[in-house]
Amino acid sequence: MTAIITSPETVQETGPAAPAPGRPWRGLLRQPLGLLSAGYLLLLVVVAAAGTLLTPRDPEADDLAHTLSGPSGAHWLGTDRLGRDVFSRLMVGSRPTLLGVAEAVLVFVVLGVALGMVAGFAGGRTDRLIARLGDLVLAVPGIIALLMVLAVFPDNNAAAMIAFGLISSPSLLRVVRAVTMAVRNELYVKAARLSGLSTPAILRRHILPRLAGPVIVQVSLFAASAVLAETALSFLGLATPETQGPSWGNMVGEAASVISVDPWLLVPTGGMLVVTVLALGLLGDTVHDLTVGRARGSAVRPVRRPRPAVRTAVAVAAADVAAAVADGAPTEQGAAAPLLSVRGLTIAFPSPEGEVTVVRGVGFDVARGECVGIVGESGCGKTVTARSLVGLLPGGGRVVAGSVAFDGRDLADPAGREVARLRGSRIGLISQEPMSGLDPSFRVGSQLAEVVRRHHRLTRRQSRARALELLALVELPDPASVARSHPHELSGGMAQRVSIALALAGEPDLLIADEPTTALDVTVQAEILNLLRSLRVRTGMAVVLVTHDWGVLADLCERAVVMYAGEVVEQAPVSDLYHAPRHPYTLALLAANPHLAAVGQELPAIPGTVPPPSAWPAGCHFQPRCGYATEECGAGAIPLVTVAGGHQARCIHVDRLEAAR
Amino acid sequence: MTGTDIDTGNATGRADTVPLLETEGLTVRYHRGRRRPALTAVHGVGLTVGRGETVALVGESGSGKSSVGNAVLGLTPVDSGSIRFDGEDITRADPRRRRALTAQIQAVFQDPYGSLNPVRTIGQSLVEPLLAHRRPDAGAPRDQVAAALERVGLPAGAADRYPAHFSGGQRQRIAIARALIVRPRLIVCDEPTSALDLSIQAQVINLLNRVQRDLGVSYLFITHDLALIRHIAHRVVVLYGGHVMEAGPTEQVCDRPRHPYAQALLAAAPVPDPEEQAVRRSGRPSRGTAGAGAGSAGPAVGCPFAPRCPYAAEPCRRIRPPLESVDGGQLACLRYPEIAEPSAVRGPGSRQPEEIPHADARPLP
Ligand SMILES: Nc1ncnc2c1ncn2[C@@H]1O[C@H](COP(=O)(O)OP(=O)(O)O)[C@@H](O)[C@H]1O
Ligand code: SF4
Ligand code: SF4
Ligand SMILES: [Mg+2]
Repeated sequence: MTAIITSPETVQETGPAAPAPGRPWRGLLRQPLGLLSAGYLLLLVVVAAAGTLLTPRDPEADDLAHTLSGPSGAHWLGTDRLGRDVFSRLMVGSRPTLLGVAEAVLVFVVLGVALGMVAGFAGGRTDRLIARLGDLVLAVPGIIALLMVLAVFPDNNAAAMIAFGLISSPSLLRVVRAVTMAVRNELYVKAARLSGLSTPAILRRHILPRLAGPVIVQVSLFAASAVLAETALSFLGLATPETQGPSWGNMVGEAASVISVDPWLLVPTGGMLVVTVLALGLLGDTVHDLTVGRARGSAVRPVRRPRPAVRTAVAVAAADVAAAVADGAPTEQGAAAPLLSVRGLTIAFPSPEGEVTVVRGVGFDVARGECVGIVGESGCGKTVTARSLVGLLPGGGRVVAGSVAFDGRDLADPAGREVARLRGSRIGLISQEPMSGLDPSFRVGSQLAEVVRRHHRLTRRQSRARALELLALVELPDPASVARSHPHELSGGMAQRVSIALALAGEPDLLIADEPTTALDVTVQAEILNLLRSLRVRTGMAVVLVTHDWGVLADLCERAVVMYAGEVVEQAPVSDLYHAPRHPYTLALLAANPHLAAVGQELPAIPGTVPPPSAWPAGCHFQPRCGYATEECGAGAIPLVTVAGGHQARCIHVDRLEAAR
Repeated sequence: MTGTDIDTGNATGRADTVPLLETEGLTVRYHRGRRRPALTAVHGVGLTVGRGETVALVGESGSGKSSVGNAVLGLTPVDSGSIRFDGEDITRADPRRRRALTAQIQAVFQDPYGSLNPVRTIGQSLVEPLLAHRRPDAGAPRDQVAAALERVGLPAGAADRYPAHFSGGQRQRIAIARALIVRPRLIVCDEPTSALDLSIQAQVINLLNRVQRDLGVSYLFITHDLALIRHIAHRVVVLYGGHVMEAGPTEQVCDRPRHPYAQALLAAAPVPDPEEQAVRRSGRPSRGTAGAGAGSAGPAVGCPFAPRCPYAAEPCRRIRPPLESVDGGQLACLRYPEIAEPSAVRGPGSRQPEEIPHADARPLP
């Protein structure tokens, strides 16, 4: 046991630093449309700020000899009623428009973000008060409010736009409040509070950065509507009248008044408006796409990111698969044909760097009525293997090699029709999360009856009766009342019983159970294990049980397959595995079990972690963590060899392991 | 609070008389809107944690373990009862005092993925406690972060990386580094290893034990795993439905539990030996404890465990069993004297009992 030591480890993965997840703007650079929009808007701001400095001509200089001329060399966009240069006027006219938009946006952002954050973070009464206030403001018809403001402050563009920002701010407030509430409940905010950070510091460090994306989206959309509002007011002559100089609004107004004489005049100004509004919308869209992707990425448990080593890993895999397939699995001569026979099963997932093999050359048999466990740490490929047996690989995963024969039929067949037919009828599946198979909006009984009808030609009444039978079969104390309940009314243990009943609806020959008790309390786990055992006796079905718990394995299974980093490293009857493990990984994993470890000494840990599929070492996958490793272990693929009857191990130092015991 | 006694934890004179943490009659209620009655998650729990000691709080989900932890951390308001830290009543400490207390009471949570902000580097997260509590003697924040990472077995370069670069076990060690960086005297560990694989759990448990040996920190260790408790705790408090059912030294509660609920917990956990498990299985009632889980409010009168207790008798449904001192521990069961010594229930350690040194073999500071 001295071989297993705890030692400080290095951060195992040292690929190029992934892009900092904190900055959506980086991603912007990779989105041409978003980039173009941002560039255009920036240019617009510069032009508006420069005023007459950049204009090719004096925007106020009239030239009565050339009124309403179309585009020409001298006047690129033509002239207006008084012969003034439209291009220059457009440039200068952007200033009052943008100024108005800026005023509106400022009010919009300050009110929306401040109140939204306070409401979302404080919660309770403050939140209700602010929400009520927001609703009230939203209820005021916008145009009437603006007209009233302009009646009080005639011709005052700023007053109108500030009012516009104010009456629109509740929509931003709602978004900010929702994001703040979500982030406030994150564990890391709790941790920050327990670190002693004050509320303002938490808002600044943890909440504000998360708000940036959604706020930019809202602001872009709002700015677009502010552009239109400003133009409309000026067009109607309610703000920025012509006497105060050109603005996009009064230019549209002028163009409209001569539209029958010269339709062209509307084109440059109208085009400008359309392009500006479009650019704002596109910018918002781009930031939205970037931040939504990011938010999802952080909410979901990270799937370990494949790294550059992928290609080599895939190449190695390809070379090794042949050998692995040849290794096959134990087919004891003379034994009856197994119910399930898996050979050389190899599964890959798509990744940005090409396909990554996550399970390689897995082979095992399951006899009728037998219970076979698959054990190993998380990330070793247990779930992927189990799901591939029922053709339910997530995220574009596919079986790239090998065969899965169920009762003589090939399930790994790419058409997958065979699997679909057998799944649910002859092969049942239960998963770790008991609620996952249940639709929250329907009663348990009707969902179960539905599934029963899918498998058997039964009348409504018969399938109801069968559903009650199934609920009784899984030993629920009051099947009738359970049938009437909705899933959320059930405790975890009851829900797991119901999902077992669902899996049994088709009277399967094989039940695949992926960590069926991991989410449950030990007392409830014991009941579910008892139930599974009695169901095996009563129905004679075989079970493939995925677990990381040696106790559960010992309780239910006859035989076990130990997986490490995508490969089978050992398989044997459970009793042999427990008393005489032949693979260093099995030995180490057993030793780490607190049930077995000696009290008062360090727990025998395995240093390091399971390598991600893209970083599998050449040779033995366990080598970097193995206390028995020698140079030869890294030389090439290690074959799975039979070490005793029905006992196989993938290790070239099996003998040393034996000697050490 | 003087800074000098933090490192050793027991250097002050009153250390011998006043426990570091003491709760008395702690009651926590959750209000669930106007229509539904408030849920009492913790009923009058009293426990103590000594300096450099680990006390495990064990029970099923919904038994109130985390509520006790959150009350100690000030994350949940206390309905009645008191919490004293180093003799000071902190039951209703104001936010200011609470923030100051975070220099002495820290936490490590179950979910290693949620407890680090995904868009901040490890260094940025680790430095947060230092922003709140400057320890002028301890050197530059950057060096302190590096030292903290080294203490948990990670290279200093980890500070510049994002949480996505680390596995669950590594993140949990980072969370421990963050908790340690201000040199607290008490760390509330809420199921810190239940999301981890066994091999990684062993790494984290060894780390926590090593830290305790080196720094004399105390742990309130919340878990549902009795087998794990032997390797970390000096004493154990068993909760059911928010009530203390049994409390005592680890080897007493884990190997020879006297309360029917503690016995049921021990019997339910399968042992990793097929033959022994078969024996245990035959000894346990096939449908003993079915029905209401520990999360339900339980009966308003009588023993909270009565609906699931195989020994329940008529008085159990009438009289709430008081928590009484019995030799070496505390027990809340009316029928304790009648219930035979738990020879029928064999602990996981019973394989070779003579070989297993008990937890009390570990010296208490
Ligand atoms: N949807 C997916 N997309 C990409 N890779 C995946 C996906 N699901 C699983 N994997 C990878 O497959 C490997 C095995 O995962 P899994 O079967 O979940 O292991 P276990 O069941 O032992 O926890 C892991 O390295 C994981 O990253
Ligand atoms: S082959 Fe070598 S590295 Fe792999 S498990 Fe055996 S001894 Fe360890
Ligand atoms: S008081 Fe009665 S019901 Fe409660 S644990 Fe003791 S015997 Fe069981
Ligand atoms: Mg899994």
